[in-house]
Amino acid sequence: MKEIEIAGVTVQVNEEGYMTDPSQWNADIAKEFAAQAGIELTDKHLEVLKFLREKHTEGKTLTIRAIGKSGIVDIKGFYALFPGGPLKVSSKIAGIPKPVSCV
Amino acid sequence: MNNNEEKQLKKVCIICAKGAIEDVYASLVLANGAVMEGMEAKLFFTFFGLDAITKKQMKKLHTATVGNPAMRMPGGLPFPTILGMLPGVEAGVSAMMKSQMDKLDIPPVDEFIDMIVAGGGEIYACKLAMDMFKLKKEDLLDDVSGVLTVGDFYAMCGGENTQIIFT
Repeated sequence: MKEIEIAGVTVQVNEEGYMTDPSQWNADIAKEFAAQAGIELTDKHLEVLKFLREKHTEGKTLTIRAIGKSGIVDIKGFYALFPGGPLKVSSKIAGIPKPVSCV
Repeated sequence: MNNNEEKQLKKVCIICAKGAIEDVYASLVLANGAVMEGMEAKLFFTFFGLDAITKKQMKKLHTATVGNPAMRMPGGLPFPTILGMLPGVEAGVSAMMKSQMDKLDIPPVDEFIDMIVAGGGEIYACKLAMDMFKLKKEDLLDDVSGVLTVGDFYAMCGGENTQIIFT
């Protein structure tokens, strides 16, 4: 575990750069992480991030299938929003741990 | 550059040649896992694996209850082969497997293939096996991008950091 400075605050991340304490997260951090991944956040992105954070708080395992069924975005749309590994990329931006799901 | 440096996998070409639930799912999980990681995935269905993309068969995949030494009863006791021969047992066991997978958010075959395609994965069928089973393109899922010869398939599997996986 290490600490990084992002969007003017210091947060804890793991070796792969995923935040380890979701409560340290805020919208500015999300924006900064998104920029690092080459993504400009839109309202749709934010809706997905909110959904991910809610599910994480509920202790659910996040899957691409669950996001497809969330009613926010379909699976194709999810891939388009977060290119290059959508579940991982979105989890990082949402400030939650790296997903452990295989589906 | 260090030659021993580990390079990230970019593309997987997966061959599914068997039609039992577990064989088909092995291929689908690998392909979906690849697109989830931002990798390219191409899935090639041949021989009995074609059942997975044949509209009539894809919802009826079974697992073998005979000749499967890893088969267990719920609870872990060995599953007697003779039991597996009884009518309806294979269907029951297969239904049970599917319900267990559903609990883990593993989708049915058709939905799983949709997910892979939505993620940019591509699905192909083997021409030779289709001729053998007298199947036409119309018998297959609309998600199937094409019917290929083995040569066509190999032509797609080029490029750096590409692996062919046979399940």
